[in-house]
Amino acid sequence: MKNFLELKNCSAVSLEAIPVLEFANFRQTLIDTVGNEKHRVAAFFPLRKEGEELLCVIMIDSEKQCLYCSAARAEKNYIALTPEAPQFHWFERELFEKYGYTPQGHPWLKPIRKADGEYFTMAGDAVNEVAVGPVHAGVIEPGHFRFQCMGEKVYSLEISLGYQSRGVEKLLEGAFSSRTLPLFESAAGDSAAAAATGGASLFEALSGTEVSLRAQQLRALMIELERVANHTGDLGALAGDVAYLPTASFCGRIRGEYLNMSAEICGNRFGRNYIQPGGVRYDVEPARCEKLLKWLDRINPELKHALDLMFDSPTVLDRFETTGCVSLETARSIGLVGCAARASGMDMDVRRELPAGFYKVDVPAAVPGGSGDVLSRARIRYNEIFASLDFIGRNLRNLAEGPVMTPFEADKLQKNSMAVAITGAWRGELCQIVVTDEKGNIAQSRIVDPSFHNWFGLAMALRNEEISNFPICNKSFNLSYCGHDL
Amino acid sequence: MLKAFMARLRQGYRTGTFPATAPVLPDRFAGRPEVYPEKVTEEAKQICPVNAISENGKINLGRCIFCGKCAGVCPEGIRFSGEYRMGAFSKEALEVPGLEPWKESSNPELRKLCGKSFKIRQVSAGGCAACELDFNVLNTLAWDIGRFGIQVVASPRHADALLVTGPVSDNMRLALEKTYNAMPKPSFVIAGGACAISGGLYREGTTAGGVESILPVDMYVPGCPPHPAVMLEALLRLIAGSGK
Repeated sequence: MKNFLELKNCSAVSLEAIPVLEFANFRQTLIDTVGNEKHRVAAFFPLRKEGEELLCVIMIDSEKQCLYCSAARAEKNYIALTPEAPQFHWFERELFEKYGYTPQGHPWLKPIRKADGEYFTMAGDAVNEVAVGPVHAGVIEPGHFRFQCMGEKVYSLEISLGYQSRGVEKLLEGAFSSRTLPLFESAAGDSAAAAATGGASLFEALSGTEVSLRAQQLRALMIELERVANHTGDLGALAGDVAYLPTASFCGRIRGEYLNMSAEICGNRFGRNYIQPGGVRYDVEPARCEKLLKWLDRINPELKHALDLMFDSPTVLDRFETTGCVSLETARSIGLVGCAARASGMDMDVRRELPAGFYKVDVPAAVPGGSGDVLSRARIRYNEIFASLDFIGRNLRNLAEGPVMTPFEADKLQKNSMAVAITGAWRGELCQIVVTDEKGNIAQSRIVDPSFHNWFGLAMALRNEEISNFPICNKSFNLSYCGHDL
Repeated sequence: MLKAFMARLRQGYRTGTFPATAPVLPDRFAGRPEVYPEKVTEEAKQICPVNAISENGKINLGRCIFCGKCAGVCPEGIRFSGEYRMGAFSKEALEVPGLEPWKESSNPELRKLCGKSFKIRQVSAGGCAACELDFNVLNTLAWDIGRFGIQVVASPRHADALLVTGPVSDNMRLALEKTYNAMPKPSFVIAGGACAISGGLYREGTTAGGVESILPVDMYVPGCPPHPAVMLEALLRLIAGSGK
């Protein structure tokens, strides 16, 4: 692409090398490319360079398997991209809330991380409004949902987030320290392995650290175990929400088995404190590997049995099928990512499009897409579970030789540079960016969790849907509040 | 129907044997550390991401995220054990070395109110959702807290205890206070995980740095997140009184 810098995933570039375009040209190029079949936006944020603030974009080119980056000087009240390129809608609201921009012509310019008390409403005698949260009925994260209904039918759902906001990006600033990776890991606690892998690769890129193949393989194993555990839990929860209790009960227990496998490798059920810049903290010795393989051989058939039971049940299928549909066209225009996007028929998976680390060597098999309903999102997860379990099994049987840790020098980070990592977390692509200053300290950090792209997808799924179907629509996405709020 | 019944037979009875026997924890699990303050080095104090190690070499489990970095640089002074009985009723029992938490007992007057049932309203207030996920696990058949009379309830009006997770983000403060105020008194407040106890990784973020600056806390459950066994042992000690 003309005037855009081509970047490899998990690499670092000097800030000097980032092209600075004329704003009109920058804007038009983004409108022309983002949202077509090949290009999508991964991040859109103000970049501080030599005391000046630029608007910077990171775009994914799924065909050329690379990233594009460029920047432009923008007025604080520049003309919004959203009306012509809806994928930017959430990013522009973030610019408005956090950085004082006022994109002109944005159709719904309001904060995304702080409830301002104003919601989209419908007028009319028959309209009823339902407000839920931030404190929900179960043990879940806080968020506020506003439904505009007539009878049972939902015409609009507005999702108001920000209750989990705790300042992750700001806390990441400063010198690299023992706190840096834990902060990345706890941006969204259920995606710690993916976040630590991406986070570590940023600092490996900035310091030129080579990671052994064995360490990369162990990281990929942790990411896939994380995917299996989360999908298993969500499918069980979906079963629970349609009162199909056998699968709900079985999956609740089986999810724990996969978490315990992560703990067997590193001591923590969420894979925390395992992945470090330079490699991983513990090896998987032959005896441990043998134990894990036997464990998988025992549990995998139990999981398949529990899930097949649900997918064989007509009462369950009747609830899932054609419920909460997000069409391919909608998914593409709003920039849905990850398994939810694949369920709407989009062919995208950053593990394949932008392979990094061990995914350059091996990647779980692709699974077929769907028609965008709850059933499609459930089936995608079912298929991804078994693709990942195959991947885990064949790689545990075939672990590369070598050390699991190479020395990493935190004080040798490339100065005045930007590193970008995009990782295939279980919900979808997780984009992490750090910018270093003239001392090699972290001057800026950005995290774009897959949920940042997808929350609006849930709102779209509810349109013209019965309000009683909200729980299964919600569970089929199971988006992260904390990953969004940061 | 027949298929579901057959499946039930095949999946079998899967509730763990805890508390009759100790929980099975992995060998790399980081539980309550053994600390020899005089041997704790400056490097260990410096490397802690949450400043959990005091000048005099003691570890504050209310801050600790159990990352093990201190033990990595100071194996002589710090070793993480498999001890899971970490739920504490007092600040003294969060310090290591210090009062052993399993020797503490809970407030008998509050306990008497609950009888044989204990209802918990959980509120997550900031944090990363891992505490919530591992608390939810207690509701699965693997742990089945219902058999101890413990139940998670939706309405604060039905609750004996409020379990708070997360550092209390500024944006959740009001909702947390409203939930607490809606509970009948007296009631217990449990701070679950490093964030709720001390702010954890987010002490300097846009948070209150833990629940205690807002509500009185009756029990602290360390961990990042607390392992289900740690949480369950703590809850059982809370409702049963003193430990073994």
